[in-house]
Amino acid sequence: MSEQLALLPGYLTAHLQLTLFALLLGTAFSVPAGVLVTRMKWLDQPVLGTAGVIQTIPSLALLAIMVPALAALGMQSIGFLPAFIGLTLYSVLPILRNTVTGLAGVAPELVEAARGVGMTPMQRLRLVELPLAMPVVLAGIRTSAVLTVGVATLSTPVGAPSLGNYIFSGLQTRNLTAVLVGCVAAAILAQCLDGLLRALGAAVARRKRGWAAVVLTTIGLLYGYTGVSLLQDLGARDAGRVVVGAKTFTEQYILSEILAGHIEETTGAATEVVSSLGSTVAFDALRAEEIDVYVEYSGTIWATIMGRDTAPDSRDAVLGEVSRFLREAHGVEVAGALGFENAYALAMRRQQAEEIGIRRIGDLTAYARRLVMGADYEFFGRPEWTAIRDTYGLAFASQRTMDPSLMYQAVAGGQVDVISAFSTDGRIAALDLVVLEDERGAIPPYDALILVGPRLVRERPDVVAALRQIAGTIDATRMRRMNLAVDQDGSGPAAVAESFLQERREARSAR
Amino acid sequence: MIEAFGLTKRYADVVAVDDLSLRVEKGELLVLLGGSGSGKTTTLKMVNRLIEPSAGRITIDGQDTSTIEAHALRRRIGYVFQRVGLFPHMTIAENVAITPTLIGWDRARVSRRVDELLELVELAPALVRDRSPSELSGGQEQRVGVARALAAAPSVMLLDEPFGALDPLTRDRLQQSFLRIRRQLNLTAIFVTHDMVEALLMGDRIAVMREGRLVQIGTPRELLRSPADEYVRRLMETPTRQARVVDALLEDSPA
Repeated sequence: MSEQLALLPGYLTAHLQLTLFALLLGTAFSVPAGVLVTRMKWLDQPVLGTAGVIQTIPSLALLAIMVPALAALGMQSIGFLPAFIGLTLYSVLPILRNTVTGLAGVAPELVEAARGVGMTPMQRLRLVELPLAMPVVLAGIRTSAVLTVGVATLSTPVGAPSLGNYIFSGLQTRNLTAVLVGCVAAAILAQCLDGLLRALGAAVARRKRGWAAVVLTTIGLLYGYTGVSLLQDLGARDAGRVVVGAKTFTEQYILSEILAGHIEETTGAATEVVSSLGSTVAFDALRAEEIDVYVEYSGTIWATIMGRDTAPDSRDAVLGEVSRFLREAHGVEVAGALGFENAYALAMRRQQAEEIGIRRIGDLTAYARRLVMGADYEFFGRPEWTAIRDTYGLAFASQRTMDPSLMYQAVAGGQVDVISAFSTDGRIAALDLVVLEDERGAIPPYDALILVGPRLVRERPDVVAALRQIAGTIDATRMRRMNLAVDQDGSGPAAVAESFLQERREARSAR
Repeated sequence: MIEAFGLTKRYADVVAVDDLSLRVEKGELLVLLGGSGSGKTTTLKMVNRLIEPSAGRITIDGQDTSTIEAHALRRRIGYVFQRVGLFPHMTIAENVAITPTLIGWDRARVSRRVDELLELVELAPALVRDRSPSELSGGQEQRVGVARALAAAPSVMLLDEPFGALDPLTRDRLQQSFLRIRRQLNLTAIFVTHDMVEALLMGDRIAVMREGRLVQIGTPRELLRSPADEYVRRLMETPTRQARVVDALLEDSPA
């Protein structure tokens, strides 16, 4: 718990940076846009329609879309910017709609009276229409504030730290304390912002100048603190630190901490870990030099990035082709293979497999119609699945998609019969599952590779050299043990990484 | 002095005001009298350009109103609305102070003026200044409405059925107040009403309108004695017939 709370100031500040400034920009855009819409009726449908469509895009998708969109424009595509733009877009509709509703609700006789006493259109807006619409506009801003605080937790997969880091890594590593801390902190933050805005509305409505000043000062201080911290963070990004990326599962959290720790130890370079990146986001981020290094699997590059659907003969052949492709097409170097494979594998309960006599994937062909298959979010959409399905002629009774951290429990508990396991997952052994042999070689090899981005190759040969030292030092048994330490025993990924590095240090000094 | 020449307002398929010409002398109160849809309110609103005429023109003291910016024109003309239209988010004092503030009077002068006007409309400044409009009665609200219209000392006043929504006693008191005020300030005013008695009591002259046209214009006495047509004659009969009924009731009652 105290370990989690120590992270709170950082995550909370990052969350505030995203939320407050998205809300500020959203309001700065929406209120004038709302005024414009009420002045030019023909804009009504196009503007409100567009905002409505944006609102219906699932929030996670909206943030994720920002990554390739910004990359295409040659802008920072991972981290603060995509999350900030996505959140700003998301904050628009409630404010815009309430501004339009609020202005439309001003009694026509008051509008005529404002004209009659000699106000110009601007004076009418400033002195009569906006003050009268204010309670409704403020209600829109409050709705938007609560919404934005919630959606901002989804900034984590696009590389912007937030309270979502608690939730994403907590769910993956089965750390419920972390998940709870993240949820509770986000809920309290939403309530606080809503309360501040409600107090502001009440103070203005009751014409309590003193109270309004107190609330506005509080809001101002909050913006001041957050703004300064944001500028500091943006400044620090340029300070030449090495950014290590991690995708959204336990093994990646551990490996990113190991790489970061090793780089700091060996070269003295400052590092930063950006974790919980979406699968393709990580590679795009590396290519775009938003991150400098992360661990990717040869089979994933082969199937997903190179688009190959036939499995090659040997691990070395894949490694050679993948390395050449990455260097030539993307300027990305392979600093080495870590020494283990984390392949997709079909796994079942040992007892069930023995009962119906299944040892190889080929044995499933006849039984598949009576079995339920469970897999992570991407598996059924990946070329590997197509290859397995077609090679073995598999047709399951049904297919279920679920979070990878839940798959193992699901198969052990009998909710599904077969899962797309990861071969290094410690829970395969711990839950007494068997991996079915891929006797026809439909699944490509998945060597864990250290990928190094173009910036590091250019500017920091010492870091690349340090990373080469890690190559070949982690075998499958080792990786499985480390994964299990997090997934089952509840250790933190950083702690597991530290004990690995400690062991290396001891071995070196013993020599 | 207000003059209208060939004033016309056409909407898509109706003519609301049709080729109307009239003249209001300095210090005169002209009543525009007519039923609903007669074009009287439209005519009134064309004077301060709340509605822009389709044709014709209006001059105030010889100056064509279309040559003045609309908001500047309206600051020189007091307007009392049928539905009052006090701003609910402002105090009574702030409501009265609007036009002088827009013109740029300094605060001390505006503040003195607000007190002076509240007294003129028979409200105690100390009691109502900082009240909100929702705390006033209908009659008090319309007194504030009159004060607001008079705030920047306009030479011309326009009143759109200002006392129509008030109960008879309150209406009577406000009518008397307004007659006193307008004599005191020598206001040139156009007063719209559909109430015959009010027209006879308030107007120096009455202009009768029907279907967008001016039917007859003259003093109350002229209209009563020699109505221009059947419509005006029947219109003028109503109050006298009602008065005769009241008289008869008084005579029959045991003394």
